[in-house]
Amino acid sequence: MRYLPLTDADRQSMLASIGVQNIDELFADIPAEVRLKELANLPRHAGEMEVERQLGAMAARNMAASTVPFFVGCGAYKHHVPASVDHLIQRSEFLTSYTPYQPEISQGTLQYLFEFQTQVAMLTGMEVANASMYDGSTACGEAVLMARRLTRRSNALLSGGLHPHYRDVAETLSKLSNSPVNALPGDPLGSEDIIAAIDEETACVVVQSPDVFGRIRDLSEIAAAAHDKGALLIAVVTEIVSLGALKPPGEMGADIVVAEGQSIGVSLNFGGPYVGLLATRQKYIRQMPGRVCGETVDANSRRGYVLTLSTREQHIRREKATSNICTNSGLCVLAFTIHLSLLGEAGLMRLARINHANAIALADGLSAIDGVELLTGNFFNEFTIRVPGKGADVVEALAEKGVLGGVPAARLAPDHAGLDDLIIVAATEVNSPDDRAAYVKALREVLS
Amino acid sequence: MSGAHPTFTGNKALQIEEPLLFEIGEVSKTGVDLIEPDAHDKRLGGLERKKIGLPGLSEPEAMRHYVRLSQKNFAIDAGIYPLGSCTMKHNPRLNEKMARLPGFGDVHPLQPQSSVQGALELIDTLAAWLLELTGMAGVAMSPKAGAHGEFCGMAAIKSAQLEKGDARALVLVPESAHGTNPATAALLGYKVRDIPARDDGTVSPDAVKAALGPDVAGIMLTNPNTCGLFERDIVAIADAVHAAGAYFYCDGANFNAIVGKTRPGDLGIDCMHINLHKTFSTPHGGGGPGSGPVVFSPALAPYAPLPYVVRQGDEFVLVETAGAASDANKPFGRLTAFHGQMGMFVRALSYMMSHGADGLRQASEDAVLSANYVRAGLRDVMTQPFGDQICMHEVLFDDAFLKETSVSTLDFAKAMIDEGFHPMTIYFPLVVHGAMLVEPTESESKASLDQFIATLRDLVRAAKAGDVERFGGAPYHAPRARLDETRAARYPVLRWSPETPAQAAE
Repeated sequence: MRYLPLTDADRQSMLASIGVQNIDELFADIPAEVRLKELANLPRHAGEMEVERQLGAMAARNMAASTVPFFVGCGAYKHHVPASVDHLIQRSEFLTSYTPYQPEISQGTLQYLFEFQTQVAMLTGMEVANASMYDGSTACGEAVLMARRLTRRSNALLSGGLHPHYRDVAETLSKLSNSPVNALPGDPLGSEDIIAAIDEETACVVVQSPDVFGRIRDLSEIAAAAHDKGALLIAVVTEIVSLGALKPPGEMGADIVVAEGQSIGVSLNFGGPYVGLLATRQKYIRQMPGRVCGETVDANSRRGYVLTLSTREQHIRREKATSNICTNSGLCVLAFTIHLSLLGEAGLMRLARINHANAIALADGLSAIDGVELLTGNFFNEFTIRVPGKGADVVEALAEKGVLGGVPAARLAPDHAGLDDLIIVAATEVNSPDDRAAYVKALREVLS
Repeated sequence: MSGAHPTFTGNKALQIEEPLLFEIGEVSKTGVDLIEPDAHDKRLGGLERKKIGLPGLSEPEAMRHYVRLSQKNFAIDAGIYPLGSCTMKHNPRLNEKMARLPGFGDVHPLQPQSSVQGALELIDTLAAWLLELTGMAGVAMSPKAGAHGEFCGMAAIKSAQLEKGDARALVLVPESAHGTNPATAALLGYKVRDIPARDDGTVSPDAVKAALGPDVAGIMLTNPNTCGLFERDIVAIADAVHAAGAYFYCDGANFNAIVGKTRPGDLGIDCMHINLHKTFSTPHGGGGPGSGPVVFSPALAPYAPLPYVVRQGDEFVLVETAGAASDANKPFGRLTAFHGQMGMFVRALSYMMSHGADGLRQASEDAVLSANYVRAGLRDVMTQPFGDQICMHEVLFDDAFLKETSVSTLDFAKAMIDEGFHPMTIYFPLVVHGAMLVEPTESESKASLDQFIATLRDLVRAAKAGDVERFGGAPYHAPRARLDETRAARYPVLRWSPETPAQAAE
């Protein structure tokens, strides 16, 4: 077996050094009646070629985003990632290292975490950020718990524009810890009055912008209203590239910003791994969940970095910790940081302009089709259209024509009324004018 | 020592000092060529952003910056990384290649299901392997990491009991457990009751029975445990737990010791998370991403969260909503957006298929053999808290052998760095004084283990000979000397900011 360095001669010699006759003696503590002789129902070992053949066959049964006109978003976006990013994250020193528990030989990881935290703080317009969460949805759930600790209130108010998976995660966490949630119904038209729902019991108001339907929301008034009642505003961003074009939540009064960072540096991966961002105000750092990297000096007074504020964390505080999380999304953080270093402000803002321009062109093209209505007035790179018939059927028919045309809104939130005929459509820099033309043509055919 | 022959730059040959991105990049510079779109009217609702402050780098500068940073990291590919409880085994590169196939890496989680049948098949196939290896009835694939899996398992327990109208308030956790166990229990609103260990480092059924009662929801037990020992009375413990109407959560962090040797399902376990990044070789990546699928007994399987994959004839169906679940299933909710760590699933399956039934079992045997070989090589000079007994895939030492010296466990670990090793896990488990937990894994050659043992023997000799300098100031040869963690926590600086004048690197 190619991954096992010990030879049979090594094994015999090692058993002799230990002072046992055979390997079974080392497993003597496993009760005899539950000891396994072999794994009868699984195949034996396989060479690289065989594994490649089998997994390659499975991979070939999927329609890869880069092979078709592709317009699917809703919390995960197809963007172009520079070749150097994937090369760098596969360096052994990054790929095969662990959590930087020994900072003297982990400064590489620690420094990029510090750079990442700074980039996230700048992007979101916040003071500080942690070293990442699993993904945007779990970051959102943790932010709700954090707001409950900070306000000592339990009620979470969720906007109807929040991604339904994010809502479900927050509701699941809350239900299991017996904390109330007030989730407003799905709001494709932007008609909800969330300010009216804030009261003295509200711990936090959770608002996504651009929201799951693509609509851009000004958070300033909601922040002011929340603060008036002693509640916190949690802003959610599922398309981080939007912050290259839009005023950041930190400038609109958000107390905690959570985001999905996948768009920068990370492939679609059928949903994971991704990278959750969590940023907040300096005064709240001791209630922040997750790992944090901080600057310090070494014994020779040279600048260096360490994991810090660990008195919040489970390995020290156990049942009194701020979260049970004991990992971050390390390699995805690195990909994010490298990609964003390559983009810089100039590149990110241009990338955002291209996304916005492509989305406008697509929205105009689609809404010119008879029977198709554009529901989203202000949007970044994603918008919602109403089609005659069921959105799910239309998306399926488009796929048969080789166009992945978006997400049927009802797939995400089947329990919300009025979403059946809606499709959420995303456009990014990867879409060419030909892709857009192919979508318009296919949709026209499907609807005719 | 470190001051010998100072250089103008502060660099030491291959060790090159590297400033922060923010000190070398420029806001106007970019390493990505994009074509400016034609002028158009914006639809941003008057919320347009004017500036960000983010610096950019050209591609050569970015390469150099991150390559230099990488050279400040220790890695498995560079040497033995014997972090107990972390299973730092070799990460096969075939796994990386497979995860990057466009059919896996470049598919969107919300594409029509008809366009991702191969991806759903992969999830279903990995699930089948996990069920076969564990002898369990059901599996939740979506948890993003071990601790997320713990939450998933305990949530299923809570949901099962609530459905029976049997709300319970307590969870039993041995003192030697990972901190995530009590933190998870607390997250679900449980109070935690400690279970003491016996003198031999294992949990006794009597101690569990004494703590059980109608208010106990379950026990969270790690097996093999964090002292590197198999809980030999685990079946009796499971029986006692079930007799009290409680459930048995097993922390599967140490599954690497027993794959193919015994099955959690046969031990009476109700749910267990599996760290794909430990046992099944997905890369640790500097601290993540992980992946923590949870396997369930028949009693808990119906409560597994959304989404999940079912096979209907030749077709794979992704069940994403409670409404779409079959009548037999009562999913407790959703733990994350989308379907879990697909990139890690591909890697783990690639590893399993490569090893096969025979190789997986051999890997566990080699992991246990290597840990015992380290134990045998050090037992006459280092001390073990529970006496010299056979261990599983990791061997635990305490600091009793350092008693007459002025060397601490931390000093000892830092001196290992100078010798070119990553230290073992230290000060965990908390119940052992000055703990040193060594997990060599199956990936080390005998020559590598021999060198490790010889080095530790020399360090013990030096400590006992009073060579204080070798330890107190260590590490001398790392990119940084010992870092001031107290200062970092007391005066937290969590980001670069333009107000803070940049310090010289040296």
